[in-house]
Formats: sequence, structure tokens, C-alpha cells
Amino acid sequence: MHPAPSVILFTVFSGLGFGLLAVLGSGLMPVTGWAALVAYGAGYGLAVAGLLASTFHLGNPQRALRAFSQWRTSWLSREAWASVAALALMAPVAASAAFRGVLMPALGIAAAVLCLLTVLTTSMIYAQLRTVPRWNHWTTPALFFGHAVAGGALLAGLGNAPVLLLLLGLFMALAFRVGDGRFAERGHTLATATGLGPGTVRQFAPPHTGTNYLMREMIHVVGRKHALKLRVIAVLFGAILPALVLLALPSGLVATLLAAALHLTGALAGRWLFFAEAEHVVGLYYGLR
Amino acid sequence: MTALPPPSDKKLGLVIDLDTCVGCHACVTACKGWNDQGYGAPLSDQDAWGAEPSGTFLNRVHSYEVTPEAGPAQIVHFPKSCLHCENAPCVTVCPTGASYKRAEDGIVLVNESACIGCGLCAWACPYGARELDQAAGVMKKCTLCVDRIYNENLPEIDRTPACVRTCPAGARHFGDLGDPESAVSLLVAERGGIELMPEQGTKPVNRYLPPRRKDRLEETAPLAPLLDIQASGFAGWLDRLLDRI
Repeated sequence: MHPAPSVILFTVFSGLGFGLLAVLGSGLMPVTGWAALVAYGAGYGLAVAGLLASTFHLGNPQRALRAFSQWRTSWLSREAWASVAALALMAPVAASAAFRGVLMPALGIAAAVLCLLTVLTTSMIYAQLRTVPRWNHWTTPALFFGHAVAGGALLAGLGNAPVLLLLLGLFMALAFRVGDGRFAERGHTLATATGLGPGTVRQFAPPHTGTNYLMREMIHVVGRKHALKLRVIAVLFGAILPALVLLALPSGLVATLLAAALHLTGALAGRWLFFAEAEHVVGLYYGLR
Repeated sequence: MTALPPPSDKKLGLVIDLDTCVGCHACVTACKGWNDQGYGAPLSDQDAWGAEPSGTFLNRVHSYEVTPEAGPAQIVHFPKSCLHCENAPCVTVCPTGASYKRAEDGIVLVNESACIGCGLCAWACPYGARELDQAAGVMKKCTLCVDRIYNENLPEIDRTPACVRTCPAGARHFGDLGDPESAVSLLVAERGGIELMPEQGTKPVNRYLPPRRKDRLEETAPLAPLLDIQASGFAGWLDRLLDRI
């Protein structure tokens, strides 16, 4: 699948933002006053920036409000509702902590649950697609949850952040490992795609000499040659190094910012791979995956 | 609404004969021609006369080489367009309700004025039947020429999809696959028509008729005995003599 920058930024930043808001709202990291203003501000900033980035890949973003209408069937529509509900419910919690210095635990937990639900809906947009076997697996929501919770804990300065980061590293490795076998496991081949078996089927001539929307969008073969290195970078920077930084340095702004920068680098590399390595079954028709 | 309607009795669709298709791409051209002038946004091209031309098509013809376990390889031309699936995954993923399946005849359509161009339906389709028009930013797909098949302003012979009407080989058939007695259903039954990628669970309506088994050449060529020329007379004597030297 084409690793579109808008979608990578959207999923990474909104996931991180909602993860941070969930940690703050849950009351695990009680902050008030200026600290709350900065922490909640960062959470809102990341979440909203991510959501805005997601509109950049739309053909007709002026109609984006219509995306709220089909929550009964569409995970994308559910994500729209969940994100708005989470941000709206978190607002009084954030305002109360920042401006009155009063925590609102009950409402905070409810809003935190909605934040995690938003991350779930985002992951399900990908996990629901039977056409992309690598994504169509429970490791996809696990990976998105891992990123949101570990990243959020890191940014919030939670004591357990190193453990959560190492757990995320485990999820990433698991998702890579399971994902590699998914396409073969499903048994999709050019023979099942065309019904032209038994025997061997191969592309003789493509339908057109150039490229097309389908090939640009679903078949991404460029850049996979660095996949292994990028996997190492994703796990190392996304999980292991920030965990080590948090454990080695005294807790404070320096440690958090350094760990966050490392984590973001790894998360972006990992998310790029999430798309670049995902193979869509339509590629079979073009003799490419 | 992007919830799928209950399965309709009438299931309009195409039956494509892979044995007959000659790969001329006339259906591709006819489809693009018709769908450029009526229903919805026209099918745009980008850099049409430049170095990297690309454009929106609702129907594309692939060509495959099939090598059976025994016997010579065979070229099969393979037209592909929307299969109007009963269990259409492209419909249910749509966040805006732009993508829908008609309850009355099962045609899957896009309401372009509600489409935000997110592209998720194209991701959900295993067959590559949906293409986002790069000029209009809305999703385009085969409409089964819904503006022809019910169009009483057209002569009756033209009330079929443009691709079917134009096919010079008679490789494309249009009809109601929900009616077991319809001409297309009988054809599918007779020729063993198949679904594409049944393991995806989409329950496509369109069917493909597999290529017929080809005749096989006999092991010995019919003219082979004539090639075994025995020289006689003087030439025969020379032949034997030269053999001995």
C-alpha cells in the first residue's frame, strides 16, 4: 500500500495525542495548573494535528462532515464520532485541571476510555480490510494500542513508561513476524484471482502501458529493499532506546524530550513500513505485490 | 445508507466469456466513451499526450499466459470491471453513505455529490474495480450503464451496458443472474461459470466463463510418413553405395 505522508502523520500523531490524553484523563498522572495546561495542550495539539492531516488525502475535504453519517457500518465514520466525543468530553477535565487545579476522575476516566476507543476505531479501518491480509489481523489493533499507550505514557512522564515501551517493542516484532506470513496463509494467488488454474498463470501483458490509480495506491514496491533495516530502526528507536533513556537519565523534561524524539523517529519508520509492506490482493492481477 | 440491502431477487450483472474474448479493448473504449458524457463526473486523463499518461477507467483488460500441467501455454484475455458483489465490502466501509447497493437490482453505485474521496472503498475492493478520479476527486466505478439499461429514449437493442453492446466477439453478456432461467444464468450453468476470488467472501454477481479445453495435436504429424522418402532405381543404388563408403 502507498505510504502516503498524510496518513502516516495522521495515524502517528493522533494516536500519540489520544494516548497522552487517555493517560492524563485516567488520573494515572495527576497534573494541575501550568503542567496540566502544557500536557493537555500537547495531547490536544497532537490529536487535532493528526486529524487535520487525515483530511489532506481526501479528494473532496469540504464534504468531510458527511463522514459522521454512517457509524452503523463504517469504522471510518465511527472514528469521526469517537474522536470528536473524546475531545469534547476531555475538554472540561482538561480545563478543570489547568485552570481550577481540580481533578475530575470520573469524567476523566470516561474520556480516557473514549480516547482509547478512538485509537481502536483508527486501527479497525485497516484491520477490517480482508483485501490486505497483513492488516487483517488482531496484531493491527494491538500495535496501534501499543503505540498510543506507550507513547502517551512516555509523554506524560509516567513511571511505567519504560515497561510499556518494551511491551510495544514486543508487539512491533510480533506484528512484523505474523504479518510476513499472512498473504501466503490466505492462499490468494493469481490462479484464485482469475480462476485460470490449475497450472501456472502469469501476466502476459498489462491492461495499459502506464500506471494507474490502483497501482499507485495499492502496489508499493519501491523502498522495500530497506525493510529489514527500517524494522530494526522502528523497534530500536520506537521502543528500546527511549526506554533506556528513561531508565538511565533522571526523570525530567530533558529525558522526556529526548525519549519522545527517539520514539517519534521509530514510530514514523514503523508506520511507514506498516503501509509500505502491506500487500493488497489486487496486486495479483498486475503480477506485482 | 451504506448498510447492504437484503439480497435482491434481481441481480443484474455481466457474464464474461474468457474463451471468446480476443483482447481488443473495444469494451474499454466504449465504456470510457459512454461514461464520459452522461452519468456523473467524466473519466479524466492526466498527462494524456505526455510522457506518463494515466487515466480513470471502469473496465480494464488484462492478458495472462496460462500453462497447464500438460500441453502448450495459452493466452487468456481477461476483462475486469465491478462485479456488483452481493456482499460488497466497498459499500459498508464508506463513511458518508455515498457508496450504495441498489435494493431493486443489486447494482453498486456511488453518489458522487456525497463522496469525500477518501479512497477506503477502493482499498476494500479485492478486484480493483474502483478508481478515484484525479480531476474530480470522487470515486468512479462501473454503473452497469444504469443510464442505458433503463433508458427508454434508446432503441431497445442499445439498452445494455456499453461494453456488452460494443463487444465484436460476443464475449460479454448482460442479464439477471438472480433468475435461474435467464439466458445468462443458463449460460453460466452450461459453461461452468466461476466467481473471482471466492475466498474473499464478497459473493460477486458477475461470472467468468473459463476457456474451453483446447484440442491437442496428435503425437505424430499427419505428414510425417511422406517425409520418409526411400530412393529407388539408380538413386537407390547410389544411396546404398554411398552408405557403404
